[in-house]
This record gives sequence, C-alpha cells and structure tokens, in this order.
Amino acid sequence: MNSAAWVDWIVAALMVGGAAFALVGSYGLAKLSDFYKRLHGPTKATTLGVGGVLLAACVFFISAGRGGTEQILVALFLFITAPVSAHLLVKAVLSLNAADRPPQPPDDGQGRP
Amino acid sequence: MRRLIPYPLRSLALLACWLILNQTLHPAHWLLGALLGIALPPALSALTPRVTTLRRAGLALALLGVFIKDIVVANFEVARLILGPESAIRPRFVWVPLGITNEQGIAVLAAMITMTPGTLSADIAPDRRWLLVHAFNVDDEAALIGDIQQRYERPLREIFT
Repeated sequence: MNSAAWVDWIVAALMVGGAAFALVGSYGLAKLSDFYKRLHGPTKATTLGVGGVLLAACVFFISAGRGGTEQILVALFLFITAPVSAHLLVKAVLSLNAADRPPQPPDDGQGRP
Repeated sequence: MRRLIPYPLRSLALLACWLILNQTLHPAHWLLGALLGIALPPALSALTPRVTTLRRAGLALALLGVFIKDIVVANFEVARLILGPESAIRPRFVWVPLGITNEQGIAVLAAMITMTPGTLSADIAPDRRWLLVHAFNVDDEAALIGDIQQRYERPLREIFT
C-alpha cells in the first residue's frame, strides 16, 4: 500500500469518528426530555465531533501540501464562542425558571468559600 | 517600545491570526498584520477591566494536555450515557467554590468546564466566589468539585496572576 492510501484511511477514520460523535450529540438533543440534559448533547458535538473533522482536514491539507493551519483557528474560535452561547442559554432558562436554581451555599465566615 | 506596543502578547496573537487566516508569509501581510496588532489592542483595552499577565507557559501547555485528554474521555462517557436508558442519568446543579480571583482566569475556567462534555458552567455568584455548574451525571458531588479544583483551577490560579 502506498503512502497516499494510508493518508486517505487516516482522513476517512477521523471524519467518520468525528461525524459519529456529532451524530450522538444530536441524538441526545432529540432524545432527552429535560432542557438541562439536552444542552449537554450539542456541547459534545462541538468538541470531539468538530475536532475529528478538523483533524481530518488538517491531515488532508498537510499531505496535499496546501497549508493545514487554518483548522487551528477554527478550533480556537469555536472554543471561544461555544461556551458563551451555552452559558447564555442556561442563564436565560434559569431566569425563566428561578426555582431550578439551587440556593447559593453560605460562606464559612473566613471570607472564602 | 513599551509605549508603542503596550500589549505585546495580544499584538503577537493578532499577527499570528492574520497570517494564518490569509495562509501567507508575504511581507505585505506581515506589515498589515503588525499594524493591526499594534492598533487593535489599545482600542480593546477599554473592554478589559485590568491587565492580566500570563505566567508559567509550561504549566499552561500541561493544562492544555490534561484538558484535551479530559475532553476525549468525557466524550465517550457522555456518548455511553446518551445511548443508554435515560433513567440511568442523574443530572444536578453543583456550586463549585472558586479560589481564583482573576476575572479572565474565571472566564477561562468557566469555558473549560463547558467544553468538557458532561459539565456546563451555568452561572456565577455576584461576589464571584462560587460557580454554578450543571453536571450531566454525578454520583459524588465532592469528587466533582475536587476534580475541577485540582485539574483546572489550581493551574489557572498560577497562570493568571
């Protein structure tokens, strides 16, 4: 087997692996019943799901000799933006259903929790 | 030099982003990226309450390694739970006490908790001493808090000073 075929296999494995995690994440979003549980599905898809596809793109473009560094930026921007949207979603639901929010524990009196 | 480039780390990061985005090392793009790197950070400084110095680059790299490993492990764990019966999932909110006081450090900690599958940072106490975390499946609350403090918070406290 020549080297190009090996690269194709690695790229294919990474793509399918990433897609599988994205699929499970979406399935969780569709299947689970409660809002807080469902939110955990999509945050999964953006890490290993997108991570696998990005890694595949990286390997492909490096082996083709056409860069392969933009994927680092995609990962970086995702890691900056994804937590913010998840955080805003939870905050919105918590302000709608104030009863879901557990009371804040008291400090121990030493000024630090 | 200090007056011309008050935020060298941000300037360098912007220059690197510019060169990678344009996929080139052409001198014209070095010049343009450098100009952006010099001009933008002072304009953004109005948004950040105080300047943070980053230390311990080696520790930050080690933390990144731990973080990536945790993401992979947690992904398999959450995938298993999603594919299993829903009654086996025990989600709950957990208040995590914060020892770290630096605002940017807290922001990075909250983002890391959200990006690790299975935990989601939901809210922060007004006095910034507690972080409200929603856990997908938790048996032992104290172990979860200890994990977050040991693996993420302690290194971040040393990096963000």
